[in-house]
Amino acid sequence: MAMARILAGIDVGGTFTDLLLQDADGGVRIAKVPTTSPNQADGVLAAIEAAGATADTIELIVHGTTATTNAVLERKLARVGLVTTQGFRDVLELGRRTRPQPYGLKGSFEPLVPRELRREVAERMDASGRVVTPLDEAAVMREVQALLDAGCEALVIHFLHAYANPAHERRAGEIARAIWPNGYVTLGHELLSEFREYERGTTATVNAAVQPVLDRYLQRLQEKLAARGHPRDLLVMNGNGGTMPARLVAREAAKTVMSGPASGVIAAAATLAQTGLSNAVTYDMGGTSTDVALIAGGVPEVSAELSIAYGLPIHLPMVDVRTVGAGGGSIAGLDAAAMLRVGPESAGSMPGPICYGRGGTRPTITDANLVLGRLDPARLLAVRDAVPMQRIRDAFARDIGDPLGLGVEQAAEAAIRLANVHMTGAIRMVSLSRGHDPRDFVLFAFGGAGPLHAVALAREIGIPEVLVPARPGLTNALGCLVADLRQDLVNTLNRGLDELPEEDIAATLRGQRERGIAVIRAGGAEVEEVTVLHAAEMQFRGQTHLLRVALPRHDVTRAEIQAAFEAAYLAGFQVRLPEIRAVLVNLNTSVIGRRRRLDLSTLLGTGGRQEEARIGERPLFADGAWHRADVWQREALPRGARIAGPAIINQADATTILEPGSEAVVDQIGNLRIRVTA
Amino acid sequence: MMDPLTLAVIQAGLQQVCNEMDIAFSRAAFSPVIAEAEDRSDGIYGAADGALIAQGELGLPVFVGAMTHSAAHLTRLVAEGAIAAPEPGDIYVVNDPYLGGTHLMDVRFAKPVFVEGSLFCWLQNTGHWPDIGGMVPGGFSAHATEVEQEGLRLPPVKLFKRGQLDREILAIIQSNIRVAEQRIGDIKAQAAALLVGETRLAEMITRHGATTLQAAIADIRALAAERMRAEIRRIPDGVYRSEAFVDSDGVVDAPLRIALTLTKRDDRLVFDLSGSSPPCRGPMNSVWSTTCSAVYLAMKHVFPDVPINAGTFEPLEVMRPEGTFLDARYPRPVSGCAAEVSQRVAEAVFLALAQAIPGALWAAPAGTSGNFALGGHDPARGAGYVMYQITGGGYGGTAEADGLTNGCSTIGISKTPPVEVMEQYFPILFRRFALREGSGGAGHRRGGFGVHYEVELLRGEARASFVMDHGRFGPPGVLGGGDGAANVVKLHRGGVTTIPLHLSKDQGLELAPGDRVEVLTPGGGGYGDPLARDPDLVARDVARGYYTAEEAARLWAVALRDGAVDAAATARLRAERAA
Repeated sequence: MAMARILAGIDVGGTFTDLLLQDADGGVRIAKVPTTSPNQADGVLAAIEAAGATADTIELIVHGTTATTNAVLERKLARVGLVTTQGFRDVLELGRRTRPQPYGLKGSFEPLVPRELRREVAERMDASGRVVTPLDEAAVMREVQALLDAGCEALVIHFLHAYANPAHERRAGEIARAIWPNGYVTLGHELLSEFREYERGTTATVNAAVQPVLDRYLQRLQEKLAARGHPRDLLVMNGNGGTMPARLVAREAAKTVMSGPASGVIAAAATLAQTGLSNAVTYDMGGTSTDVALIAGGVPEVSAELSIAYGLPIHLPMVDVRTVGAGGGSIAGLDAAAMLRVGPESAGSMPGPICYGRGGTRPTITDANLVLGRLDPARLLAVRDAVPMQRIRDAFARDIGDPLGLGVEQAAEAAIRLANVHMTGAIRMVSLSRGHDPRDFVLFAFGGAGPLHAVALAREIGIPEVLVPARPGLTNALGCLVADLRQDLVNTLNRGLDELPEEDIAATLRGQRERGIAVIRAGGAEVEEVTVLHAAEMQFRGQTHLLRVALPRHDVTRAEIQAAFEAAYLAGFQVRLPEIRAVLVNLNTSVIGRRRRLDLSTLLGTGGRQEEARIGERPLFADGAWHRADVWQREALPRGARIAGPAIINQADATTILEPGSEAVVDQIGNLRIRVTA
Repeated sequence: MMDPLTLAVIQAGLQQVCNEMDIAFSRAAFSPVIAEAEDRSDGIYGAADGALIAQGELGLPVFVGAMTHSAAHLTRLVAEGAIAAPEPGDIYVVNDPYLGGTHLMDVRFAKPVFVEGSLFCWLQNTGHWPDIGGMVPGGFSAHATEVEQEGLRLPPVKLFKRGQLDREILAIIQSNIRVAEQRIGDIKAQAAALLVGETRLAEMITRHGATTLQAAIADIRALAAERMRAEIRRIPDGVYRSEAFVDSDGVVDAPLRIALTLTKRDDRLVFDLSGSSPPCRGPMNSVWSTTCSAVYLAMKHVFPDVPINAGTFEPLEVMRPEGTFLDARYPRPVSGCAAEVSQRVAEAVFLALAQAIPGALWAAPAGTSGNFALGGHDPARGAGYVMYQITGGGYGGTAEADGLTNGCSTIGISKTPPVEVMEQYFPILFRRFALREGSGGAGHRRGGFGVHYEVELLRGEARASFVMDHGRFGPPGVLGGGDGAANVVKLHRGGVTTIPLHLSKDQGLELAPGDRVEVLTPGGGGYGDPLARDPDLVARDVARGYYTAEEAARLWAVALRDGAVDAAATARLRAERAA
């Protein structure tokens, strides 16, 4: 069986459903079909068909879905009831006294569970996990029944300090599960055993609210696949960059929220590893936004403090992907004082840029790329009719060129330059300003528009090299193919390191490891090797922010932990604070089931003679002048090919622009490695 | 004027320098006030006059335009020869409220930037230190009557001389503040942030040249002024009057009045606060620089897209309100100015503009920082502690929506600590942390809700202090909307319930184990006529327990039957009310 495997990675994005299929002989097939909504399963089946495959011949499907992300953003959620500690039912509504924007006292927030479905019962633990008020079991029964009667489909039980002592939550869970008609009961501490009642409670609530949505979707998809002869369990991408078997994933459905961006970063890490690189800023530019992440030392940065929207933190460990509100749809124009500006307004996908022909009238970055010859009007994936080039040029003249006394091309180039400056700032804020030197990184560009801007952007940031992977438009699907199975576990201790018995630390980590391994093994998917990573999240007493420190083993000594923390603090902040006591807040374990390594050099053919890959030339406007740029077909380029900018490299799923002065080489696994001169 | 692209690129670049200083400061800062509550700000200021060039977008709103006053005093004092002239690597430290400051806890660092031997600009930042000495831990006294009681006051002195930390000045500072050993972490972070700014600015100078950069700074300033004028032109010409009240100064139990006359003509706005109350005995005075930045901060809330530099404020004429508590002179105590008085000034601006451009404004927000401090000794740990609980309140309704619930103070962006964290660190137990029902002012769009919490002392003895506001009058509604509920503090001690004499301000109230402190924070004001509200929304709010059925009838003239709107009875009620 292992010899004749056909693997498929299928990623459902906002616009397209992408498939990357690896045949038993190592060959690769791809497909890109429109995403179907509301039922994404149809698009998944269409993608398999478009690739010329059949479900019955595929051994394993690894699936990235936006079903839960969309459900939260569009608030198309299950009706959820909450049972919580007396006096605290409003925690989910009050949040932590914030507002959506620093300036402007406007904005609204609706909690995921309306107030009438948040019920209180008498019970209370203190911060050390001691019972202050015993659980009123009759009240639990009464309130759970009331929520059922009110039509709730999913239930959350969330008690104060349950991370310190989950006994009340567990008992209430038993009572509830005995009468709840389905499996959709989430206990706050089960998903996230970490202090902070608002964040833990919200995470649990998101989980409950998307559980039925994910469950129904996966069931529908599995049934359709089974009907076509694919009887096996899918693997589903999680936001931590790992995968989970479909039949287990709904229990922790919140982990799939934000999984799309994570899979792109996982693909980037795998590509870097096979390229022999370890540091990258990943840059995935789309129509309305851009996702950025940092990979240092080969490992994607992970955060447990991300939010999916205002007021909705999901404090589960996830690949730390930051979204910048700038993309191809960002609108360029002048402000009231005739100062040039780009964004933050976006034409979005409706009406979209002018070139989409859907009624957009204001010039966008995508339109500017067309004016400058950086994009080929004949090759726009999102456009069906002929691109109205004259309307686009008129719009640049009207909104920017005429008032500022610039030609159309100069106006469009100014818009792109300014967009790149803003993007640079945003990328620095979310990545490099955390203490890294850009010269140690490559810019890993993917997504439809990433390779279009990457060279100019790298120059602006001061990153010396751009890497465009073999299949930039299918990176998320590739992430599905290469992702390992993964379980992350967290327990809060929150005690001074010097007062924590070493055996408690070891016992907690050992317990986490055992639980994680059990889940990975239960998955049934083939795993070549299991890796266990331990870490501590720490702070100095009196601080609130946490620093993550890797631990070498479960039976680690306090002295080793102290030394690792001090070293990490010094590296991060250039400060030594020997006189202040260290606090161990959380212990974390990640259990990773490694899957067989995929040879990425198979993603692109090895090409023929370089001259044959040249398919024409096109005028390209860059650095204030028109250039004659050669146009190359990426798929036909041989390994080792060298191309000097200005040049345009086309491929089915993306366009790469080589600015004048840059030079690209096709490396041994098919990446474009672009040297950027300042 | 310079070419538009270069201008836009330089503007974005200067902004980026400041944003990266903001990040560097809070990342490296030790104290949660800076690291998590982000009570800090960073900016770039003119060499000659201290005029604001750019300011970080992640800074605390209260500092909008604030540091330009201290930079101006600094450049003046240098020019007069009153303080030592700047040299490369120097960093001045200053917190004097009367030299362009706020309260004493806001400590500023100022670093000169030189290009080829001549002063190019100043980099400056402010951090709110958790303590600066004085009569109460944390500095928020309710009873101080002179600034010396409020803590250590530093004139501009060089804490770093040519890059070297002056250990003697540091020793003086550390001998005068509480938890001094932790401050070194914040001092290093504050200085490191300026260094980040200097490095990034040097890159810009190399890239564009100092001459181009200075020319661009002048153009950017002119464009910001033009941008603000364009916003102002949208406001109808006229004279708009408003008032706002601080409950009391904490010493004399009488309200302090802020009277604003706002005159709009063509592209200028004139803010006249001269009818406000005279200077007060207690710490609710405001220094001129804080009053000014309270007006700027309010304008930034109303026009959030306008970039912040000296040009932004040119069309705003804030007349210096001499002889009032909004222009306090030495030695008037000022610890309440940044946290509370500034929010009342902003409220007066909101209420005046709500008459002029109602579609863009909101009813009054809760507008208090909600400081509740508890200091005591925990016998279980054998150690003393100082705890701060800050809470938000309701925001005012707007033309589009009901007000936000438990929003942050007008001047802040800091989050409240979780109950689970507070109970870990301090000998207390929260008996409730809830939405304050009925607190949002009635209106077409109602106000958001305040918070209702109750804290019990578990062990040891402790003293409670409060610096809050809006206890006497709730946040006003606009355009016919009702006021939000007023702030309430109750102490339940030994079976007896009392309310502080000054309602929202008091200090040193003794608590024994089992005693409880109960706080109800203000709701936001309502926006527009309550009778215009969709009765179904009123019914929804009753179903959620936000209001009672009786309140639905009394405030909105909506009659309910079995929880649903009784249309006929509601029509009758509304007709009667309208008549």
